Amino acid sequence: MFPARYSSKAHRCIQALKIKQAELAVPQLYTTLHRRTCSSGTAPRITTHYTIHPRDKDPRWEGIEMERFADEADVVIVGGGPAGLSAAIRLKQLANEHEKELRVCLVEKASQIGAHTLSGACLEPSALTELFPDWKERGAPLNTPVTEDVFSILTEKHRIPVPMLPGLPMRNHGNYIVRLGNFVRWLGEQAEELGVELYPGYAASEVLFHEDGSVKGIATNDVGIAKDGSPKDIFERGMELHAKVTLFGEGCHGHLAKQLYKQFNLRENCEPQTYAIGLKELWTIDEKKWRPGRVEHSVGWPLNRNTYGGSFLYHLNEGEPLVALGFVIGLDYSNPYMSPFREFQRWKHHPFVAPTLEGGHRIAYGARALNEGGLQSIPKLTFPGGLLIGCSPGFMNVPKIKGTHTAMKSGMLAAEAIFSKITAENVDSETTGLHVPEYSDSLKSSWVWKELYSVRNIRPSFHNYFGLYGGMIYTGIFYWILRGKEPWTLKHCGLDANQLKPAKDCTPIDYPKPDGKISFDLLSSVALSGTNHEGDQPPHLTLKDDSVPVARNLGIYDGPEQRFCPAGVYEYVPLETGDGMRLQINAQNCVHCKTCDIKDPSQNINWVVPEGGGGPAYNGM
Amino acid sequence: MSGRVLVGVKRVIDYAVKIRVRPDKTGVVTDGVKHSMNPFCEIAVEEAVKLKEKKLIKEVVAVSCGPQQAQETIRTALAMGADRGIHVEVTGKDYDTLGPLQVSKILAALAKKEDAQLVILGKQAIDDDCNQTGQMTAALLDWPQGTFASEVSMEGDKVKVVREIDGGLETVKINIPAVVTADLRLNTPRYATLPNIMKAKKKKIANVKPADLGVDLTSRLEVLRVDEPPQRQAGMKVETVDDLVGKLKETGHI
Repeated sequence: MFPARYSSKAHRCIQALKIKQAELAVPQLYTTLHRRTCSSGTAPRITTHYTIHPRDKDPRWEGIEMERFADEADVVIVGGGPAGLSAAIRLKQLANEHEKELRVCLVEKASQIGAHTLSGACLEPSALTELFPDWKERGAPLNTPVTEDVFSILTEKHRIPVPMLPGLPMRNHGNYIVRLGNFVRWLGEQAEELGVELYPGYAASEVLFHEDGSVKGIATNDVGIAKDGSPKDIFERGMELHAKVTLFGEGCHGHLAKQLYKQFNLRENCEPQTYAIGLKELWTIDEKKWRPGRVEHSVGWPLNRNTYGGSFLYHLNEGEPLVALGFVIGLDYSNPYMSPFREFQRWKHHPFVAPTLEGGHRIAYGARALNEGGLQSIPKLTFPGGLLIGCSPGFMNVPKIKGTHTAMKSGMLAAEAIFSKITAENVDSETTGLHVPEYSDSLKSSWVWKELYSVRNIRPSFHNYFGLYGGMIYTGIFYWILRGKEPWTLKHCGLDANQLKPAKDCTPIDYPKPDGKISFDLLSSVALSGTNHEGDQPPHLTLKDDSVPVARNLGIYDGPEQRFCPAGVYEYVPLETGDGMRLQINAQNCVHCKTCDIKDPSQNINWVVPEGGGGPAYNGM
Repeated sequence: MSGRVLVGVKRVIDYAVKIRVRPDKTGVVTDGVKHSMNPFCEIAVEEAVKLKEKKLIKEVVAVSCGPQQAQETIRTALAMGADRGIHVEVTGKDYDTLGPLQVSKILAALAKKEDAQLVILGKQAIDDDCNQTGQMTAALLDWPQGTFASEVSMEGDKVKVVREIDGGLETVKINIPAVVTADLRLNTPRYATLPNIMKAKKKKIANVKPADLGVDLTSRLEVLRVDEPPQRQAGMKVETVDDLVGKLKETGHI
């Protein structure tokens, strides 16, 4: 899309200047120690998005043509990840088998399929083999079978090895280390070959409803709205895609799913979802250190025993000596001074990790939130006109740290459940949008449910005085020995956003400075994600109330968003008038991880989808 | 006059992506990297479509040279309003050495074949920054050229082009047929919206081989090595002018 008003050379200059600025200046973290009185006057206007300031009351929008072009499909799928693509593929496979015509349209906010995909990942090929028994012949990029499985508990200087006995959830025998972005891209190619209409670069920004309240389809984002919310000359409305059934596969904490939960009360009988943030880097390393097929996981340092999290380091076998490594931290942490990004950077210096990276070169960076709620947090999955698939409702097996196989299976089951309904001659439906509760039933009787049931108590078992160690003991007894058959189901702690303690009750963490060889600063990392957005559009990180960040987030929690955002979107900067602070939102940096929407203690931030095509440009992450 | 305008579009690595040099130093990594239409080519397409909307020309033909993926770039141009596309298939070694000389020969051949009255290109591509294709195309066709255009208007059988030059703005009037290259401030390209992408799937893209046009793709250039720019060294702060002179002498600069 059209770049900001600078030539490409100028863009590179600006990018370089931003990096230099970060290196030279002390980051603008504003601690309560240095705080002057915040001005109690009206907060400067931050949010201009039309979801907060409706356009029908806005005089700048008078007379603008708001009609949308509409098109009909049989099935519309939101999200081109493993779940969405598996559903699309399965639908087309069934259509070909039964010689029926089926129009399947898939919209994806990334500019190309796979560009917003980020995962470790060790793929369990079970669902893939069900979808494509001949995946090897088709060239699926599963090139690295796991050969070595190493688990450690780290202390500041040492490492305690933990044997990977058969039966433990973390064991990866039979699995493949994949670059999930490449795998998703391959799935996209398979889908296109089968006749699925893929539309990357177009984000679903609105759910459409029939008069009877059932889901009618989605509308893609409008384009050409200026940063202040007014229409530009090139303004154009999004397009409506109507369908008999709409599948929502937006991934962890999808923004449309958030609306649907409210609309159809889908979460009334389940626990709130609990999340973690995963940060990842790709490194080319010294060939001598390269051990293709080696999987390393660790827990412990640098996290304390009451913060859930750990690391992964996988040696890929794709021609060059490449490792994928990263760090996951549960978002139910309580210290507002914690910075997941900086924990990740300092973990890399551990004596067990640093030698692998010495002499290596970092080539990619990214971050994404992931689900940790398991079975307890799965909402109602179906509603008139739609279904939820994949990580959006959340089928991740937390101790295995795998969600791709279950996401794919959920997409396939959804396809099978809706196929007979949408191709039937006379559909007996109460609502215009089809309701397919059969999907929920088939999921509950599948291996997905069995798997999630057996690990349901592992994550909540960490909520005890001994934290990590209590959890590991619980896992050892109840999962490894008793296979998760205990009759009780432990609960989570509630919303992640409510877990933060006020800043005055916590100690700031003294993180080491990045050394520029193994650990790096935030802005140069963000540059590596390739993220970018059209600059002249309303910030898509919308605030329900513009005055809350300074009053509450900064006042009570010392502005945790400036620390948990892995892309440096949120900054507290001094007001130009000199008195007090304001929140600056650098929306262009956003990598669509959704952590802010999850962890904001005031739940004031609402992430909405920006113009399609924007966001990170991950390549095989 | 045929009323046909040829627009060249190039598929380049997206400007926001961090470039990485291949380990064998023969080029940059392109596999799986996000690509998009060259920003100046977007401006060129927009200008052509605007001329068509003003009814000053009748047909916009989008051309791209490259492998299979170049078709995506042509589709974007079609979604912006071009009428049909021509994909000149260039793959493998030929694509690696494809440069302004070869592309301008192809465009010149196509301009003659399609009886184009105007060829609009972006002023340069953001991957090689050559700024040569437009000029070479005009020379091969022996047509006048209006480069670095910030304003284009048709006046009968001439084109008035306001050019951005170092000293300011220069206005030239050139005879049709002509070559124009688009600069940044020519226009703001429209978005390729989804309904238009869907319609673009029905528009035709013709497949042509360079040999069919009688073009020889051999390159006169050989890339010896590609390196990352050297890491910027830290500077030194000095207190007085004498110190500065001393340091310059020390490091052998004077």
